[in-house]
Amino acid sequence: MEDMIIATLERAMVAGTPLLLATTGEIICERSGILNLGVEGVMAMGAVVAFIVTMTTGEPWLGVFCAVGVGMAISILHAFTSVSLQANQVVSGLALTMLGLGISGMMGKPYVGKPLLIKMDDLAIPFLSEIPYLGKILFSQSPFFYLAVFLAVAAWFFLEKTRLGIQIRSTGENPKATETQGINIFRIKYLSVMIGGGFSALAGAHLSISYSKSWIEGMTAGRGWIAIALTIFALWNPGRAIWAAFLFGFIFVVQYLLQPLGISPNFLSMLPYIATLIILLLISFKDPRRLNAPAMLGEPYKRGER
Amino acid sequence: MKKNKRLEMKGISKSFHGIPANRDISFSIESGEILGLLGENGAGKTTLMNILYGLYQPDSGEIRINETQVRINNPVESIANGIGMVHQHFMLIQNHSVLENIALSHKDTPFFFPNLRIREKIEEFSKSFDFNIDPAKKIWQLSAGEQQRVEIIKALLNGADLLILDEPTSVLTPQEIKELITILKKMKTKGHMIIFISHKLDEIMDICDRVLVLQKGKIAGRALTGDTDKKSLARMMVGREVVFNIKKEKLERGRQILSVEHLTVIGDKGFPALKDISFDVFENEIFGVAGVSGNGQRELAEAVTGIRTVRSGSIRINDEDITNTSPRHIYDQGVSHVPEERIRFGIAPGLFLYDNAILKQHHLKKFSRRYFLKYEEVKKHAKKILNDFNVSAHSINSRIGNLSGGNIQKLILGREISEKPQLLVASHPTYGLDVGATEFMRNHLLELRKTGSAVLLFSEDLEEIFELCDRIAVIFDGEFMAILDSGDNRLDDIGLMMAGSKKI
Amino acid sequence: MIKILISDRYEISAFRSFMTNLISLVSGLFMIGLVFLFLGVNPFYAVFKIFSGSFGSFYGFKETLTKAIPLILIGSGLTLAFRAKFWNIGAEGQLLMGAVFASWTGLFLGNALPSYMIVPLMFFSGFIGGALWGMIPAILKIRFSINEVISTLMLNYICADFLTMLIVGPWKGSTRFGFPGTDNLPESAVLGLIPGSRIHYATFILSILCAVILCIVIYKTRFGYEARVVGENPDAGRYAGIDFLKTTLILMIISGGLAGLAGVGEIAGIHHYLGYPAAVSSGYGFTAIIVAWLAKLNPLLTLISGIFFAGILVGGDAIQISLGLPAATVNIVNGILLICLIMGEYFLKNKITLRFSK
Repeated sequence: MEDMIIATLERAMVAGTPLLLATTGEIICERSGILNLGVEGVMAMGAVVAFIVTMTTGEPWLGVFCAVGVGMAISILHAFTSVSLQANQVVSGLALTMLGLGISGMMGKPYVGKPLLIKMDDLAIPFLSEIPYLGKILFSQSPFFYLAVFLAVAAWFFLEKTRLGIQIRSTGENPKATETQGINIFRIKYLSVMIGGGFSALAGAHLSISYSKSWIEGMTAGRGWIAIALTIFALWNPGRAIWAAFLFGFIFVVQYLLQPLGISPNFLSMLPYIATLIILLLISFKDPRRLNAPAMLGEPYKRGER
Repeated sequence: MKKNKRLEMKGISKSFHGIPANRDISFSIESGEILGLLGENGAGKTTLMNILYGLYQPDSGEIRINETQVRINNPVESIANGIGMVHQHFMLIQNHSVLENIALSHKDTPFFFPNLRIREKIEEFSKSFDFNIDPAKKIWQLSAGEQQRVEIIKALLNGADLLILDEPTSVLTPQEIKELITILKKMKTKGHMIIFISHKLDEIMDICDRVLVLQKGKIAGRALTGDTDKKSLARMMVGREVVFNIKKEKLERGRQILSVEHLTVIGDKGFPALKDISFDVFENEIFGVAGVSGNGQRELAEAVTGIRTVRSGSIRINDEDITNTSPRHIYDQGVSHVPEERIRFGIAPGLFLYDNAILKQHHLKKFSRRYFLKYEEVKKHAKKILNDFNVSAHSINSRIGNLSGGNIQKLILGREISEKPQLLVASHPTYGLDVGATEFMRNHLLELRKTGSAVLLFSEDLEEIFELCDRIAVIFDGEFMAILDSGDNRLDDIGLMMAGSKKI
Repeated sequence: MIKILISDRYEISAFRSFMTNLISLVSGLFMIGLVFLFLGVNPFYAVFKIFSGSFGSFYGFKETLTKAIPLILIGSGLTLAFRAKFWNIGAEGQLLMGAVFASWTGLFLGNALPSYMIVPLMFFSGFIGGALWGMIPAILKIRFSINEVISTLMLNYICADFLTMLIVGPWKGSTRFGFPGTDNLPESAVLGLIPGSRIHYATFILSILCAVILCIVIYKTRFGYEARVVGENPDAGRYAGIDFLKTTLILMIISGGLAGLAGVGEIAGIHHYLGYPAAVSSGYGFTAIIVAWLAKLNPLLTLISGIFFAGILVGGDAIQISLGLPAATVNIVNGILLICLIMGEYFLKNKITLRFSK
């Protein structure tokens, strides 16, 4: 039983990793005032690109690099429609998701069901990994895990403690005031959307080359949408996103723990989605003023409006 | 950086959508001088200053600094030229701290840990001008006067030699205005140039050395404040003698329409915006609420019309309790509403003009039969409002978002008066309107009073309050400082009451 | 030097609107071609195949009309929801729920009742199923301010899992040889087809009726007016005394209910049993979003845009077979067309003039 709990928690960290990456990215993006509903699609793109590159070159990190590049590139589309053309961000994000799911499905067709033989070894941190229980759960994980936690902390630092971070947050709060300070908010928003896209693709790369080590169409299974919900749950704070994501990682893997008890597997696979609705419900009881939602989230900004 | 000692604008013209906002404007200002820019709303003052600040490009004309011509393409270049601007609506991020706001605008903010360095600078700076501001506070926690000081610090920290203040006193209490004047005079002695935009004559006479009067985008006159008087400035500003053709007859007040008792309402920030307020409004009466905006006027109007929840106390219309009932129910009791934020509340911008002409009225028998709307009637009604209230629009089939603010305001007033309300709640009904339209609106309010309605009028314009109201309440920080008859000579102290330092 | 001037366009004529859409679609097809080229497929052949497969033959066109039925039903319902800016992305789940309810009615009452009673009953229960599933996000949004995009999507996943749970568990048919799926519906519960096609005419007529009725609802009724006001400006809606909960509930009952009807059509008209979610609906709920958007949120126009996108679905199937492309191909087409449509809107709302100067 003890082994099983440790194994479950260990898997929870793995399952939470892509959620944390995607959530961190979406937080940066939404802080600049742009709602990006394309996470799911960009994640799928990242997964397929990372998989194909890793498979053909044998270099997993090259795969990751390419995935992030493609993720950033495809996100420009959303930035263009929602920032430059002031289009409806909901519709534009949906279009990006459709596009990402479509292209990834098409590109990945020849690779469906092929196992990835190149392994990305787990990284056991000396000394720390020998701590009983915790060492196994937290310190002998895949490099993605450390990367995700590091990036979340870095994102927090970036948003709160750097000049550019202040500029991004100001853009999401009050683009007009920010612009009159001589800041090019269009550049800021493009940058934020692209960073968000890169993170989503990174999450996808983790899914295909580290988590399941294979590619199948639809393997993102709504994780992108859950990340968007987690963004709200984390109150747009990357620090809170860390534990929110791993909580959801746990919900993802807890089904394997419960399955032997005779509960329908289909019911158990509903759990993450039901849990998403429940956390949104819980957060709604919080005072909306303390939610910290960027004031102009999702609002198109038109320059020079009188 | 070279000090900006003299600035000149020469032959500036600018138009929007073919409508001229500035026409051939020239003036200059020198170190140690305060120049007043006087004009009504819509006279082109803000446009002119936005050109100077690089937000707009002039269609023609040039800007010269220290005798050399410059091009100002954006606010950054403007700041680099030593120009700073304090906008009427502060350009501050409400949810951010003072530090973060200043770090955002300051040119020498370091990339890492911006707040640490900025804090030292602010503290050093605050001392020399006696600004008393806690840099760690969030903007929304500050009073309007403090926010304005943050704006001034922002400009001065960026090395502004010329400071443009756009209607700086409109949000301040008399006490805060005095403090502002002290700060400005201090800056003047240190050699700064200040352009002071206002439509209030007293302030211009008080603060400025010279004054430039704009009317309909053109220069209507210029004068030294020492050589002129308010009357002649007023004439230049309006283009004719300021006589409002408004006659208020004496009317006996009728029965009680609105009765508010011990009303407490929570504002957007989670604190009480109205604290235990009680008053009544009667037939044939205009009840005015005077005060600096943001002291609970909006919350009061919203509570009475049902848009905002009441924490405690009661509101009664014709002796029927309507506290916390739906806005529609309250409308059906005869309460109309001209909202303060007309674009935010008053219209659905993408819909047609005729759709908007029945926004609050569409459920009435007159416009709807069972589940259907009678669009024939609706269109007829819209045309009537257009005619009666001089709304200029292409047709009733144009989208209302394309109308100008003044025309939208007229449509809203027309719509809300059209069904002969028992009580009209009107917030700043003449804000931003030209003189003609203002007079027109005021006459309509008096007409309503004469025909037996009650009016609850919110206004920042004291002239309007005195001219129209039978009784006047002065609101400060969610409380009534006094409720007085319009003839009461205690109203001489209305300034003190608005500032919260006198309560009757 | 060329200067680009951008200004608002005040009056938008129907002709300009139509042309902008057309140009958007054509440039979308061009971009789809580029994507195909990039992925190593001859774009001319692919695009030709798509349209010849769907509109080029009598057989293809009949298939197109068959697939247009759910698209029109859902799409016209979505026009109403989108007008009120309620982003119902959950039509897929609402369709499945409609299918589940209708299957239950058909399977358990079908043998006991004659056709003229069971068929209306199935449509009714399908409508209720979709409507109930659609009411959840409405309540979550109005009462708990939960973003409807996320809640409707989550409900899609939940519904798909729920359906699977039924067909592998309690509803598993004895005639399926152990494979997941219910037994076939009794004869009385199966919808009649137009001879020589798979067009279940009852639903086909229903879809046209719904588009027409919704058009009246949106433009002529008080409810339609209130929904439009809420969508344009929720604050003005509050000011005007519109009851948000009621308005949103009604519109989601309609929108979800119509998706439920589409589910009934798929089950009773085509499959005749309840199978895996992906078999019940080929992404109609998502494609219908673009159907509604292309129709400029006018329900009547979904009759055209629904048939157009049904054609793309049928053509997509055709190229999947002939070119060996995956099912996701349709997603690419949809995504690109949607992006082009919203880009086109920019040029509709803004006037762009080039000014040449020295």
